[in-house]
Amino acid sequence: MQTYRADLHIHTVLSPCGDLDMSPRNIVALAKARNLDIIAITDHNSTLHGPLARRLATPLGIKVLFGAEVTTREEAHCVCLFDTEEQRQAFQAFIDDNLPNLPNNPDKFGYQVVVDENDEILQEVEPLLISALKSSVGDVQAKVHELNGLFIPAHVDRPRYSLISQLGFIPPDLRFDALEIFRNTDPSEFLALHSYLKNPTLIKNSDAHFPDQLGEPYTKYLLESPTFEEIAKALHRQDGREVLL
Amino acid sequence: MKVSEIVKSLNLKVFSGESGLSNEIDGGYVSDLLSDVMGHADAGNVWVTLQNHKNVMAIASLKELAAIILVKGIEPEADTIEQSNQEGIPVLGTNLGTYEIVGKLYQMLNT
Repeated sequence: MQTYRADLHIHTVLSPCGDLDMSPRNIVALAKARNLDIIAITDHNSTLHGPLARRLATPLGIKVLFGAEVTTREEAHCVCLFDTEEQRQAFQAFIDDNLPNLPNNPDKFGYQVVVDENDEILQEVEPLLISALKSSVGDVQAKVHELNGLFIPAHVDRPRYSLISQLGFIPPDLRFDALEIFRNTDPSEFLALHSYLKNPTLIKNSDAHFPDQLGEPYTKYLLESPTFEEIAKALHRQDGREVLL
Repeated sequence: MKVSEIVKSLNLKVFSGESGLSNEIDGGYVSDLLSDVMGHADAGNVWVTLQNHKNVMAIASLKELAAIILVKGIEPEADTIEQSNQEGIPVLGTNLGTYEIVGKLYQMLNT
């Protein structure tokens, strides 16, 4: 087994708040330069840039997970990760069914564009991606697990758009695969503060919206190989796979 | 009724957006979920909330709200103030809680 460096929460130019320089092509190049082994493309309420990122990253030896950072009805952000194109499409369909049809206003919120490998715009996504889904946290968790994905509440101790900011606490019966904590948070302090939780796995990711932020921070995982299944094992502390936070 | 009138009657603090004090008010909306306001508030509403970050201004502008009232003594963040001045949408403040201020506002606007 060896240590792999992973950043599992990254926004592209598709997210309205994502920088124009955050094309899948640039992200993959930056990930290579920063020695990341595994990345996840997690735009707000959209999985559309995952496949291109994976196509570009595979020749460079970087593993790309598909996914999205979903905004639940309670306005809590959750990172949802998947491995196969089939799972990604099924989850994208779920998002499409549950995203309100509020049109984006690029002047106010930013552009929502899907690009190709040359950073050329292929389409503009109309519905505002920072809207809240009609689905609750529980609904999203159920759907992610139904599709054999990984459900990771995002930046749970951030003062906005987190489980704790929106609900006041992490629901003890919520079935998550890990909790993403804010970059400056000390993991042991977090666990002490939330002692009602039963030894949750904690991870840190960049939540990068701008190129400088990519991989800052990342998390190390002890795995047999850089695959989705191995990451799942590490989050679940199975067979010696671990998260090294 | 103009924003300036409720400022006077309810003793509200004016943080920013003074140019909008002459805005006409048409009803009110109460929510701390931005997505809810985006989906359901109407133009001319006074929005009562405890959210003080600059995203509230993007929404106020998008929905053409008359003004924002921050409750419980909460103050707007610096970039919220900047946006408010740019947009001409006043950010007002009260020390009262949401329940109390909305009760008074409703009496003024809807009866």
